[in-house]
Amino acid sequence: MSKMRIEVIDRRTFMVGAGAAAAALAGLGLPTLANATPEQAMDFIEKLTGGAKPAEGKVKIEMPEIAENGATVPTKVSADSPMTDQDYCKSISIISTKNPYPHICTFHFTPRSGKAWASIRVRMATTQDVYAVAQMSDGKWYITKTTVKVTIGGCGG
Amino acid sequence: MAKARVKVPKTAKAGDVITIKTLIKHKMESGNRKDKKTGKKIPRHIIDKFTAKYNGEVFFSSDWEGGVSANPYCAFTCKVDKSGDFEFVWHDEKGEEYKATAKITVG
Repeated sequence: MSKMRIEVIDRRTFMVGAGAAAAALAGLGLPTLANATPEQAMDFIEKLTGGAKPAEGKVKIEMPEIAENGATVPTKVSADSPMTDQDYCKSISIISTKNPYPHICTFHFTPRSGKAWASIRVRMATTQDVYAVAQMSDGKWYITKTTVKVTIGGCGG
Repeated sequence: MAKARVKVPKTAKAGDVITIKTLIKHKMESGNRKDKKTGKKIPRHIIDKFTAKYNGEVFFSSDWEGGVSANPYCAFTCKVDKSGDFEFVWHDEKGEEYKATAKITVG
């Protein structure tokens, strides 16, 4: 296990290969773009919920604690809901706090979905908190978060 | 041409909640990447919408941004009560659509 862990480098930089990553490490400055801030993520959530404050609970997000490859991080979201016509989870959104853009994806469910559950693979620019925000059919919003450590450049975890 | 693969169970019992796995070949170019040689931004080109139908009814859909990985994988569930068809549509923001279908026998 290596102790080398770079957390500030842009994912794009490591995508272009180990040599380029080494160049970036040496401070040669490959082009990287500014990432979103946690404040922008919160703004996005506020826009999504129309100003409603989401409560904690009911929604879950599962991501690996350490993601060696930020280009494809397995992510599962779910919500605690009976999924009946009267009471179901309408949507779950995944929001990044340090990617170039906060919104990653939104899943829309129906009672026919049977479960409010989805699995996807996402890009993580760097180590960060990731939020899942769910809307229930009664209009209530729920939120949760997880932290993903992104290791780069084949240094292992 | 994007290549799609879907995994739907061939059979199920009425009332079962089945898991469906989908995968499509697409680079999901986020628009944030720069060409190493020219320094120019590579234009954004992503699939922005995925829709799943069971016997004509949309039961699951998803909006995607550049934060979804290349060759997007997406798994989800469906509560089945009769035999029928699944249709999956990936909508590319350039207007192209990719489709896949599957059949299920519900006993």
